[in-house]
Amino acid sequence: MKNPIGNLNKIFDSRIRMGVMSVLLVNDEINFNDLKQLLELTDGNLASHLTNLEENGYIKVHKGFIGRKTNTTYSITKAGQKAFQEHIQALETMIRQVR
Amino acid sequence: MDSQHPSLDTLKDIKRIMERSSRFLSLSGLSGLSAGICALVGAYFAHQWLNNYYEESGKNGYDVASMHDLKNKLIALALLVLLAALAFSFYFTWNKARKNKLPIWDHTSKKLLLNLLIPLVAGGLFVGGLLYHNEWRLVAPACLVFYGLALVNASKYTLTDIRYLGLLEIVLGLVNLYYADYGLYYWAIGFGLLHIIYGLIMWWKYDKMAEQ
Repeated sequence: MKNPIGNLNKIFDSRIRMGVMSVLLVNDEINFNDLKQLLELTDGNLASHLTNLEENGYIKVHKGFIGRKTNTTYSITKAGQKAFQEHIQALETMIRQVR
Repeated sequence: MDSQHPSLDTLKDIKRIMERSSRFLSLSGLSGLSAGICALVGAYFAHQWLNNYYEESGKNGYDVASMHDLKNKLIALALLVLLAALAFSFYFTWNKARKNKLPIWDHTSKKLLLNLLIPLVAGGLFVGGLLYHNEWRLVAPACLVFYGLALVNASKYTLTDIRYLGLLEIVLGLVNLYYADYGLYYWAIGFGLLHIIYGLIMWWKYDKMAEQ
């Protein structure tokens, strides 16, 4: 039998990265502050996880402006969508095997 | 259920975050209920005024000044009802958000408001145009249809149940279009009765359950 844990994505082990991916899967795009508020995080904490996800090609960053203030928004990439859905499926498989 | 299983907890968290990040869930059933009561009270006064007007004009004949007066009073009443309904709805929803320790003004409520307002503002301007052209008979159907469309549109960003309320409002408005002389009754059913029924169901389904 195939080991279901093999399908779990290490990157999504972190609760914060898991949270970010969950939000982005159902929102076309979201800006930094809304994301921070939703996940109840501090700037620095969120930023480092976002960089990690971006480096892995799971999310896209758009730097824009509202007036003079920067407005950075994030959206999920095709690869990110696929990876996170596989991760969810792996979790479901594990639960089914325990029962 | 085996809730000790870490994978299950993670999946539940994922589902919760997805829901909370895409829908404004603090909408209170009491908001619908209070808006419905405001509408019924308003409709009662409008009904009384209209009856008085028809009695008077039956006795004394048509009078431009009193017709004009009635129109202004009805418009003022409609605005007052709208303001009262908005204030009460906001209060109960704000209260629910506060109790659940959720923000009232976040990315989901902004999305909800924007998508509610697009058909609603269009409807408001449309009704303003009807009044400008003296098409009083079409005001109630137009209110109902545009409000219904606004709810259907907004239902993607809050409790999905308001989609059905929206569909009912649209149907009611379209039927009303063919029985235009009974506008006030349709209006009272759509904005009064349906809101009260919907509000009670929502309160029962979400708020009461949450208290237990």
